[in-house]
Amino acid sequence: MISRESGVFQTSYEGDMALYTLPLARNTTRVVVALLVLLPIPLMMANNEHLMSIVTTIALAAIGAIGLNILVGYTGQISIGQGAFMMVGGYTAAILSSRYGMPFWFGILAGGCTTALVGTLFGIPSLRIKGLYLAIATLAAQLIIEWVINHVPWISGGAQSSIYVDNPELFGFEFNTEFRRYYLVLVVFLLAFFGAQNLVRGRIGRAFIAIRDRDIAAEIIGVNLFRYKLLAFAISSFYAGVAGALWTYYLRIANYENFILVVSIEYLAMIIIGGLGSVLGAVFGAIFIKLFPIALDLTVVSVSEGVFGIPYQDVANFLANMQLFLFGALIIFFLTVEPEGLARMWEHVKRYFRLWPYSY
Amino acid sequence: MEFLFDLTANGLLVGLMYSLVALGFVLIYKATSVINFAQGDLLMFAGYAAAVMTGGHGMPLWAMVLVLCAGMVLLGFVLERGILRPMVGQPVVSVIMVTIGLSFVLQGLVTIIWGASTRELALPVRFEPYIVGPVYISPINLVAAVIAILFLIGFGVFFTRSRLGVAMRAVADDQQASMVVGIKVPRVFALSWAIAGLAAAAGGIIWGNQIGVDTFLALVGLKVFPVVILGGLDSIGGAIIGGLLMGVIESLAAGYLDPLVGGGTKDFIPYVLMILVLFIRPYGFFGHETIERV
Repeated sequence: MISRESGVFQTSYEGDMALYTLPLARNTTRVVVALLVLLPIPLMMANNEHLMSIVTTIALAAIGAIGLNILVGYTGQISIGQGAFMMVGGYTAAILSSRYGMPFWFGILAGGCTTALVGTLFGIPSLRIKGLYLAIATLAAQLIIEWVINHVPWISGGAQSSIYVDNPELFGFEFNTEFRRYYLVLVVFLLAFFGAQNLVRGRIGRAFIAIRDRDIAAEIIGVNLFRYKLLAFAISSFYAGVAGALWTYYLRIANYENFILVVSIEYLAMIIIGGLGSVLGAVFGAIFIKLFPIALDLTVVSVSEGVFGIPYQDVANFLANMQLFLFGALIIFFLTVEPEGLARMWEHVKRYFRLWPYSY
Repeated sequence: MEFLFDLTANGLLVGLMYSLVALGFVLIYKATSVINFAQGDLLMFAGYAAAVMTGGHGMPLWAMVLVLCAGMVLLGFVLERGILRPMVGQPVVSVIMVTIGLSFVLQGLVTIIWGASTRELALPVRFEPYIVGPVYISPINLVAAVIAILFLIGFGVFFTRSRLGVAMRAVADDQQASMVVGIKVPRVFALSWAIAGLAAAAGGIIWGNQIGVDTFLALVGLKVFPVVILGGLDSIGGAIIGGLLMGVIESLAAGYLDPLVGGGTKDFIPYVLMILVLFIRPYGFFGHETIERV
């Protein structure tokens, strides 16, 4: 069914409140999910593990970005500590699995729950402070968690604060190839995506949005600020913890360098470039931020080798700095030109093509 | 006891250097309600520029200081006009993010232009410490302290005596009301960024001389957060006292706690303290508590 409507004409309240107001949207979702499930097949035939790993990385990043967007985009509480929260989840999972032999699903859940606890703890100041002060408080959270995990021997374990874990295993099925691990991540990603979509449309999500728009007004109309602000921190940290634990199982190593301050900022960049307050936007942002350095690498290397004849090792250093520079420039560009990010651009495109080719 | 004395004195001197950086921070926040996460990177940029001018081109010190100050003021203007002006009315997270983006741009730019290797920034200051009783004081710390104090006095006079300074305070208090009485708010914004550029120039020279000029210089910016939170984000006096306090605390922690836990407490204690302050007195010791109404 690819027919298009010239508008939304709902005749019932249920129809208006449905997750998909148009049959086309429902079908698109099904097609996208089916494509995601079938994606490894052509890649497996081409034996292209590299491409598979890129897709997996994007899905992993998207989980963390969705969680951050619930907190920042929907509830309006700024957090520069997403990386540290992921670190808590990652190390919890690694310690449980490598030292106590727990299965991976338990590690992921426990990672999420522990992180939710830690996140809630650092969310407590949000009851009294907001905006810039909260941003700085979460920055402190990032630095404190980083320091503690690095300096407490019981947590950081092995050399260079890395803990190795075995391949995750479920009923004797070992996730030992790139393609198998992709499915592990995909299942969690889909749960996270649709979970968030439903969350933000329900009572809790409405409360979050009310807090974002004006927290004092929200309190007056009966939203319990204490409960919902901490709930936002808990949910967001739970997502971060799950993402961190998945990272650990995916890489088979927990290493703090994957979760440093720059990573937190990267996640903020994802949701800002993708679109604040949009679950789909968080996914777009994750895709963009993860693909951008790869695309830049390819172009710079091919241009420097092809046009100027400079070998790769001479541009490698320049490339790293160029990446940093362009990353910052992109953030500034999006904020000044399209503050609502890729999600809004996507809306524009959709609106244009809704009536295409007979737009009026 | 002597050890304690020595640590405190050095902490105070380092603290003044923190105050100097914090000043640029507080100024921007006071006038424009923007937290500048790129203050450390501006400082690094200034440090690099200073090192290149004195090192490679052999410019005399006075010329370097002049060119640097002029350049940083100009940079402040450009940044305000180019990237901060479009941010007016955007959510706080966007404003924060734009300065974070700026910090990446500066870091990338600096290493692309000048390379990542550490440079020295030599100042014509004696290296051997002065010994006052049990206390060792390095001359550069004294110079930094003098510059910081001069800056602070200058700003104090500027904010209370000059027309423009009063206008800046008015804008900090209420942008709309000051617009109504005829203050050109955009001009005040631009000016506060220019002054922050100036503070970054001073900080860049002093910190660059102390710890060498490379991208790690930008980390000084991170150190300033506890300082301004302790003192209150919108209080110049608070920035000074917060800086002094933080310098002493850091120095004492490094002296007494480091041997117990094996180092690194310097990077840890300030943030713990900051979180505690945020729990107990969120607007700092001298900050202005805002009362919100719907």
